[in-house]
Amino acid sequence: MTEPPLLELKGITKRFPGVVANDHVDFELAPGEVHALLGENGAGKSTLMNILYGLYHPDEGEFRLRGEPLRIDSPKAAIDAGIGMVHQHFMLIPVMSVAENIVLAVEPRKGPFIDLDAANDKVRDISKRFGLAVRPEARIESISVGMQQRVEILKALYRGAEILILDEPTGVLTPQEAEELFEIIRSLQAEGKSIIFISHKLGEVLAIANRITVLRRGKTIETVPREGATEESLARLMVGREVLLRVEKTPAEPGEPLLTVSDLRVNDERGLEAVRGVSLEVRAGEIVGIAGVDGNGQTELVEAITGLRKPEAGRIVAAGEDVTAEGSREALDAGVGHIPEDRQRRGLVLDFSLAENIALHDYREEPDSKWGWLYPKRLIARAVRLLKEFDVRGGGPKTPAASLSGGNQQKVILAREISRNPQILVAAQPTRGLDVGAIEFVHRRLVTERDEGRAILLVSFELDEVLSLSDRILVLYEGRVAGEYPPTVSEDELGIAMTGGRREAAVA
Amino acid sequence: MSSSTAPAPPAPDEPPAGSVSGLQAFYERAGGFLVPIAAAFLAFLIGGIVVLITEKSISAPFEAYKAIFEGTGLTWFIPGGDTLEEARDLQQTLLITTPLILTGLAVAFAFRCGMFNIGGQGQYWVGLLVGIWFGTHFDGTPPVLHVTLTIIAGLLAGAVWGGIAGLLKATVGAHEVISTIMLNWIAIWVGKWLLEAPDGFLQGSDPTLPRADNVLDSAKLPAIWGALQPLHAGIFIALFALLVYHVLLNRTTLGYEVRAVGFNPDAAAYGGISVRRNYFLALAIAGAFAGLAGVIDLVGWKYRLTSTEFDANFYGFTGIAVALLGRNKALGILFAALLFGALQVGTSPRQLDPEVFNPELATNLATMIQALIIAFVGAEFLILYLWRARRRVGYRPRRIRVEGA
Repeated sequence: MTEPPLLELKGITKRFPGVVANDHVDFELAPGEVHALLGENGAGKSTLMNILYGLYHPDEGEFRLRGEPLRIDSPKAAIDAGIGMVHQHFMLIPVMSVAENIVLAVEPRKGPFIDLDAANDKVRDISKRFGLAVRPEARIESISVGMQQRVEILKALYRGAEILILDEPTGVLTPQEAEELFEIIRSLQAEGKSIIFISHKLGEVLAIANRITVLRRGKTIETVPREGATEESLARLMVGREVLLRVEKTPAEPGEPLLTVSDLRVNDERGLEAVRGVSLEVRAGEIVGIAGVDGNGQTELVEAITGLRKPEAGRIVAAGEDVTAEGSREALDAGVGHIPEDRQRRGLVLDFSLAENIALHDYREEPDSKWGWLYPKRLIARAVRLLKEFDVRGGGPKTPAASLSGGNQQKVILAREISRNPQILVAAQPTRGLDVGAIEFVHRRLVTERDEGRAILLVSFELDEVLSLSDRILVLYEGRVAGEYPPTVSEDELGIAMTGGRREAAVA
Repeated sequence: MSSSTAPAPPAPDEPPAGSVSGLQAFYERAGGFLVPIAAAFLAFLIGGIVVLITEKSISAPFEAYKAIFEGTGLTWFIPGGDTLEEARDLQQTLLITTPLILTGLAVAFAFRCGMFNIGGQGQYWVGLLVGIWFGTHFDGTPPVLHVTLTIIAGLLAGAVWGGIAGLLKATVGAHEVISTIMLNWIAIWVGKWLLEAPDGFLQGSDPTLPRADNVLDSAKLPAIWGALQPLHAGIFIALFALLVYHVLLNRTTLGYEVRAVGFNPDAAAYGGISVRRNYFLALAIAGAFAGLAGVIDLVGWKYRLTSTEFDANFYGFTGIAVALLGRNKALGILFAALLFGALQVGTSPRQLDPEVFNPELATNLATMIQALIIAFVGAEFLILYLWRARRRVGYRPRRIRVEGA
């Protein structure tokens, strides 16, 4: 670097009870660059950025801004230093307008009142300057997630951010929205802003970053320029070993249909029709992937199939049994396994021990219990075996599920569902929030189960996942199947179908 | 939660505010009995300050607490002193502890299923009233059979009363707090009517008195200790109920379901558990505990009921405090019931020398300490939140210093 780095983090160390989240981390940001911070979940990326944003206080280490020492001990100090952060979970007030959210706490005033016109004008100005098209008067709750993210970015820019931290920004976006975000990042860069881009996705890091710093277990592993970096090399740096990025699988050998859904209609919480006549079939030994943007009926479809929600019309036949109007117990008994999309709300009783969680479906049957009498020792014995088989770390059978990491929680769910030997496995967002190593584990396991002859229905918002695992892909748009595609379909084509661009099916 | 969560900072992991299941989960995680003990200690401390102010004497609080403690009969365990007098006091303390254990269980069991049973009082009365009918009828039944029958009838009556609230919640989603409170009033006014109205159904042989006849001798529980208003065998039933509570929750599939629903109804439903069925069962079982408290009080030492007692007997409500202080654990409930029972007996005016402190203050002090304990136990959220906030200051200093040069 010829010019001094804009921002320097030197020897940042942060200890939490029992763990070192950041261990002498070094990081530097050149003016006008997009610098990616890459690492698995738990590698310390968010901790580092929270320190930079003043949310945590480091135990050791120093910051330098344009070569000058800088002390940041609150978000206010960070903002004053020109650092802005867009959190993964947006911090917006849904009932207020775009402009109101952006000027929040720094409102232009007219006497004791907020000068809304001035606010709208300012927001319009700033959004024009950076090419972020938003309507200042729109209410947050009525705009798309991608738009909300722009509002978050504008909020940071409005506060004078020169350095923008984007924490896993693409996690909530469709491929098209992600592409638009990249455009925005490029135009911000052209305006001279510097960007720290946090991600655990290799592809997007390679697409947008100038330099990439990899963190692993709280330590800086290496900073590499984009030129010459490959997904494989980055994955190796991230995980510390060779990782299989492509899911290895043989062509499917589909058998008889195990799950048949015909003309299914399901309402959502508010009584609105969320699934509008879906028909699909999953055969033994194949993975059928459902692609789609969040909120297009996936949740309701999965809940209907697994007996958690009563359909309004249609028919569900699981392994030869009509389970349409039955409850979750009947679906379980018919041989439907379910990896729920929200493992903390649905999949686990967080305050139960792992042994109790593993028994969640079978506690009523022998050997777990007999005549209503529970045998905790047998629960524990089975848990010991399964925790070992599924390589669950971070706790034993008596550990509460809440104290495990997300990846290990997911392994507990997998262990429970697969060990019941279901004929049909419904996997909803099975790798959401997991790191590369855990994703690899889950993916391999799903393929193994497919090869065992199970029928697997995979629902995911991650296109990569759907594409690499599925033998057939269905796109769900506004509660309808918008097309069926082979796994060779391009991401773009799927993306268009996911946003309702085209209805007719490509050749299967 | 797909963020790259670094090792979770001990920062905000408050459970969903206000939900009973959230509260229970919080208790489980907070663990330990330090907070309840601190709450009780703080309540006694503030009670002492009140005595200090009203009596205008530094030594007054100590004398008052000494007198209360001696009045509880707990000194019986300490060698020396007037053992006969102490024994009599201790018998009274245990006599009150018995129903408090059971009404505490009534609140705790529902709590473990994620519900707040405010209906212990009504369930207590229904158990007692039904007990009156069974206890005053069936003359000539063999004693063991008669008392067993009466107790079972009272238990089932309580279960029905709790079960109504459970059924309402399971079918139409009526909130159990509202319905159990309303059922309390129904039980109280129906009870008054049964005893007071001309020719009330349960009214005794003297039509001028609003009270029931004594239950027959064959329906009485045997005395086990003492002579004048002795301790009766009901305490064994209460202790057994504690055991049942613990085993039911931890060693049966029913208890597994109840706890799963209490912690996370969504996950329970996903596991194939019928959430509605468990709401119903949990409130019915809770009602059974409270009904048992009522009927045991009847056949153990009250033997009859006068309608004025409806306005003076709050064992059902005290059960809420017992469960809260005892953290819904069998052992905790035992000690909490003993504490509240002892407090009630120790401050009853007949135990206290008016020279030490005046009787009005004595009874009021008991109520006050009880209320303070509930408030402090309820304020655990606040206490622990402040505790954690204090630790968090280390991560988030409020002052901003931008050092430039």
